[in-house]
Amino acid sequence: MPTSNDLPPQNRGLTAIAGAMSLITVLLIVQIWLLSAALESFLGGNRHTALPAAIFSGVMFLISLGLYAFVDRIDSEVRGSSNGR
Amino acid sequence: MNWLRRGTSEPLWKEEFSVRTADERYVTRRQLTKFLVLTSLGMFVGNIWILIRSLFYKAPVYPQQPVAQLGEIPVGGVKLFSYPTKDDRCIMIRTAQDEYVSYSQKCTHLSCAVYYSQAENRLECPCHQGFFSIKDGAVLQGPPSRPLPRVVLEARGKQLVAIEVKG
Repeated sequence: MPTSNDLPPQNRGLTAIAGAMSLITVLLIVQIWLLSAALESFLGGNRHTALPAAIFSGVMFLISLGLYAFVDRIDSEVRGSSNGR
Repeated sequence: MNWLRRGTSEPLWKEEFSVRTADERYVTRRQLTKFLVLTSLGMFVGNIWILIRSLFYKAPVYPQQPVAQLGEIPVGGVKLFSYPTKDDRCIMIRTAQDEYVSYSQKCTHLSCAVYYSQAENRLECPCHQGFFSIKDGAVLQGPPSRPLPRVVLEARGKQLVAIEVKG
């Protein structure tokens, strides 16, 4: 049975990017919802939700950035192995 | 923006016009990932902006303004006035002999003017059928998600004075 290691490096890179992209998309959807909820709450006169919303949004951005760094690393590795062939 | 292109020695035009289809897909997905991360940063900046606005929020100072005479309107009657500025239209309803309530006339959905329906004893927005409670301005039905801001009234002598807006 073929494993992911049997695939060409480009395809493995594509899989990693697709996985990271899916996770970032989910985080982004949550962030969009969070921003709209925080804005709605702020305009409604409730100013206590702004801090937790900003913290959670920041955490989600950092996770997205981490995933992007992961993609970047995979990209470098794939390109390195492609150039070495 | 060099940090966005780390890990490649190829010029951008060469990456974007790859000879192989697989390479082209690869580059497009990688660039979409960058775009998604930048959008995520945008969402975070938006939340920070709301936080800054919250931290530096100053409670508005409302003027004390006589809006009606006691007994000027009959029970079930309505009076329109402007408060706190002339552009902020408000509606006052006499709900009982000694009971007056007053709300902003702007619907919290899309700012249409609400009116008092005596038959249903509620405030109604004719634009999208948003209904508000006469007791506290809460949403009873329809698209508005927030209650109507309430104008606080105080009886001083024979006058009803608006002192602040809540909500």
